[in-house]
Amino acid sequence: MTEVQGTFNRLANPTRFLALSGAVLPWLTGLTVALLLVGLYLAFFVAPEDYLQGQTVKIMYIHVPFAWIAMMGYSVITVASIGSLIWRHPLADVAAKAAAPIGACFTLLALVTGSLWGKPMWGTYWVWDARLTSVLLLLFLYLGLMALWQAIEEPSRAGRAAAILALVGSVNIPVIKFSVDWWNTLHQPASVARLDGPAIHPSILLPLLVMAAAFTFLFFVLHLMAMRTEILRRRVQVLRLTQVAAAGSVTGARA
Amino acid sequence: MKEFISLVRRDLRLARREGGAITTALGFYLIVVAILPLGLGPDLNLLSRIAPGVLWVALLLAALLSADRIFHNDLEDGSLEVIALGPLPLELVVAAKSLAHWISIGIPLAIAAPVLALLLNLPGDAFWVLFLTMMTGTPALSFLGAIGAALTLGLRRGGQLLSLLILPLYVPVLIFGVAAMNAVITGPAPFLSSYLILLALTLATLVLAPIAAAAALRLNLQ
Repeated sequence: MTEVQGTFNRLANPTRFLALSGAVLPWLTGLTVALLLVGLYLAFFVAPEDYLQGQTVKIMYIHVPFAWIAMMGYSVITVASIGSLIWRHPLADVAAKAAAPIGACFTLLALVTGSLWGKPMWGTYWVWDARLTSVLLLLFLYLGLMALWQAIEEPSRAGRAAAILALVGSVNIPVIKFSVDWWNTLHQPASVARLDGPAIHPSILLPLLVMAAAFTFLFFVLHLMAMRTEILRRRVQVLRLTQVAAAGSVTGARA
Repeated sequence: MKEFISLVRRDLRLARREGGAITTALGFYLIVVAILPLGLGPDLNLLSRIAPGVLWVALLLAALLSADRIFHNDLEDGSLEVIALGPLPLELVVAAKSLAHWISIGIPLAIAAPVLALLLNLPGDAFWVLFLTMMTGTPALSFLGAIGAALTLGLRRGGQLLSLLILPLYVPVLIFGVAAMNAVITGPAPFLSSYLILLALTLATLVLAPIAAAAALRLNLQ
């Protein structure tokens, strides 16, 4: 019984989170939709066609944000994992768990859009190039985290095990990146975040940045929704357990 | 230090008396290396070109196969809890058990590799490099395997989950191990730069992996 009460106490803070996120979510959703509309309009009707790539260059406007957010998702998990391991905060557990499937989706989308672009441009859907390989391994890290969450039933234990794995992975991501960079590389190097300023024309850069902002907000909208779902799912489970416990004590008293 | 050494010796003695793990790992290594030419055809030029990669990938799989045993038997008979309550910090317990795993599995696999390389027609001057890179890389495999073993301890499908968790972490060892060998076989990249990075990976793993694995063990022993 004390365990159930303890769970309720720990959910006190998530209650505030639910209220706050519930108030913010509609605004955030509206902003995301607006940014997406503006970004898609800019990307499809304003941005110039590439003289070599033609319309295919438009894939870049979704592919690059997907890839950025794939990495941002793992950073969110890393920060949440630190919070969950050091402060044992249940909300950090929820944040890490909710971010993993979303990050995995963005990673998969980055790979799919990239290979759809690669077929007409490079002549092949897939090459074992450094960038592609390291993103594929990032996808495997996401899948490993999700599998670990599913394998351990007790949420707090699963959360801390996944946090340990996420931190090990976050140490490993630069190493993987660095190791596969030694291979011959077909993928173009970074051209936006450079010390000497972006290497692409503003007419392409502006739509790209708007799309990146839109997808960043999309990530956080989905993340907040997934966190709320996870919190509610845990509450339902606790409620069911209390009902079962109450029913058990009633029948026990009768007998 | 005395406790550390006695724990390593205990694990080695157990591994020797139980036997099974190393024969399974060696047999698995042999079969994976032998089955690839059956699928790829007996072209010796092709085989000698892909030999470093094949030998390394098969080594990773064989090392992975036995990794979930690192803590499993000790958890089942309860000795893991006794060891955890003992004077040795859990990080050093993990290091001792990983070291014993390396001595009982990693070293035999590294010794078997040059023999299997004969099957794949590896160029003659690469045999020493093969043995050297594998002796350097296998400790990292054992120590990373300990993280996976500690995380999946006591889970029902632990063995399958372990491979999904740990294989991505094995990738840097694989890449630099193969790169060091290819540097000697085909050039032109220098051998030493790849080899030193492999060495650095192993040394970093020796320090960092016990911390992560011990955290996971504490979680699972609660």
